Amino acid sequence: MSKEERKGRYGEYGGQYIPETLMNAVHELEEAYEKYSKDPDFIRELDDLLKNYAGRPSMLYYAEKMTKDLGGAKIYLKREDLNHTGSHKINNVLGQVLLAKKMGKTRVIAETGAGQHGVATATAAALMGMECEIYMGKEDTDRQVLNVYRMELLGAKVHAVTSGTQTLKDAVNETMREWTRRMDDTLYVLGSVMGPHPFPMIVRDFQKIIGEEIKEQLQEREGKLPDAVLACVGGGSNAMGAFYEFIKYPEVRLIGCEAAGHGVDTDKHAATIAKGSTGIFHGMKSLFCQDEYGQIAPVYSISAGLDYPGIGPEHANLAATKRAEYVPITDEEAVRAFEYLSRTEGIIPAIESAHAVAYAMKLAPTMRKDQIIVVNLSGRGDKDVAAIARYRGVEIYE
Amino acid sequence: MSRIENAFKDKKAFIPFVTGGDPELSVTEQLLYAMEEAGADLIEVGIPFSDPIAEGPVIQAANERALKAGCTTDKLFDTIKKARQKVSVPIVFLTYLNPIFTYGKARFMERCVECGIDGIIVPDMPFEEKDELADVCEKYGIQIISLIAPTSKERITTIAKAAQGYIYCVSSLGVTGVRNEIKTDIASMVKMVREVTNVPCAVGFGIAVPEQAKKMASVSDGAIVGSAIVKIVAQYGTECVPHVKEYVRSMKAAVDEAV
Repeated sequence: MSKEERKGRYGEYGGQYIPETLMNAVHELEEAYEKYSKDPDFIRELDDLLKNYAGRPSMLYYAEKMTKDLGGAKIYLKREDLNHTGSHKINNVLGQVLLAKKMGKTRVIAETGAGQHGVATATAAALMGMECEIYMGKEDTDRQVLNVYRMELLGAKVHAVTSGTQTLKDAVNETMREWTRRMDDTLYVLGSVMGPHPFPMIVRDFQKIIGEEIKEQLQEREGKLPDAVLACVGGGSNAMGAFYEFIKYPEVRLIGCEAAGHGVDTDKHAATIAKGSTGIFHGMKSLFCQDEYGQIAPVYSISAGLDYPGIGPEHANLAATKRAEYVPITDEEAVRAFEYLSRTEGIIPAIESAHAVAYAMKLAPTMRKDQIIVVNLSGRGDKDVAAIARYRGVEIYE
Repeated sequence: MSRIENAFKDKKAFIPFVTGGDPELSVTEQLLYAMEEAGADLIEVGIPFSDPIAEGPVIQAANERALKAGCTTDKLFDTIKKARQKVSVPIVFLTYLNPIFTYGKARFMERCVECGIDGIIVPDMPFEEKDELADVCEKYGIQIISLIAPTSKERITTIAKAAQGYIYCVSSLGVTGVRNEIKTDIASMVKMVREVTNVPCAVGFGIAVPEQAKKMASVSDGAIVGSAIVKIVAQYGTECVPHVKEYVRSMKAAVDEAV
């Protein structure tokens, strides 16, 4: 078997680079997923949860004012921000926590950056009666006090991670360490299309409903495929969810929007594809921001959800094969888009999603009026209001 | 006979670990001399990494100290090369894959040969991914030390069949660090190894006191101690060498008592 055909590989990227202690645990997960993803009862239960608990399908909204204002392509917003818990993260956690339950696990653990995935996991765990522990960088628990309390309200225990840079990457490290301590009754519910196989595949499969719905909804409204699909990328789960259905249609441009922080020519960014290089970390071969000795670089973005030094392996391959494009968006551009969408459409987007909105603002005027852009609005911006206010010099604290 | 084989010949091996460059490279050099004098049969040196996911808090902190003090893979190679002129026991690197991959696999192994490194332990390279380094290590004659864990079960046979140098038997679940008690049935794990290979099996993770070292060495071919030594380094800093030396002497004596 050639390297490219190996399970869990996307071109040269992917793999299972984890300690021996965890190997049987990931194999167990692989087998369980193989079994339950084809099990009619599992599929029915998950469909029911997505429809009646998470609120799917999410709307595809025609942003008419924004379209007219920009004067180019028609812009549609995929409203993942309207899902229960306020982002696309719920799609994946309902799938993974249900899977954990079927596997006979009684406890789930997860990493979180800004707290969106942590809140979603704690929510699903509460619903399905599972014990839940969340690992979050100390710096993030300080920045996102409300989300910490939210997770605790939902019955989860939150651990502040004090190692390394005390942010998302360190939260992933600590969750992996915890999983090696205790895997008999515990499943690691990873939040993005990253980590060792089978996680990138499982998370993508649970998120691909976004793109499938976009295609169907746009077919109804416009009778055609979109010309471009835009999404922000940190680890890359909402983007992979939005892109996956369209990979087979080469005429559909897929554009991932990376966090360029203060700019890709400064040392304060998280633009993995623009500035990273191939490496092996967090269980996968992919692209990482790192130094010449392979030390993982501290990254920065105004958006805690994009503040990650790597990217999912399937995205690395989509970039390498040029099937998808990746563009850097600075803090300033994202904040302007955050404000623009709020005023123009009355929708406050998550600062993560605002990175995709920002690129739509650049792209739309360059396209024809009969062309269509779909922006995946992956989350809502309530959580970011205080931070944006501070960015603008208004001293508001949560 | 390779240096590693020789380290296990007719005796139980005591294997100390230190993080390279903690608290500074000149101390690492002195520690290598002192540990060999105190009876170490093989020495493991960690290449400091920003995100050591298999390590507990003690060795994580050592990695951070070493990086802050300016240790790089190149500087550590230089130190080992210098120390190698006096040290004759095998030296094995413990490193995550990324520092090797980013350095350039062939260039890394070339420098290992130049500096007298005998083998490498890569905690995030399981059996399924060993092709990442198998060819280049074979070309340069660097042995890959495989790990087996309490969760490995039937995998032990597969891993042991392909093993070189020695097998690192992980005593407990979780990450590195001192433990009061080791509950895993190490003897059964070693027995599974013995059924398919003569490659020696040394036990690590959680060993801190002489009684534990003796007990672990009696059911295997040796004991590996990391966190307990790194703790001494953390406590005494640049003055740690005589303290580590004394500790290694006592642990080696305990391992010698194992039958």
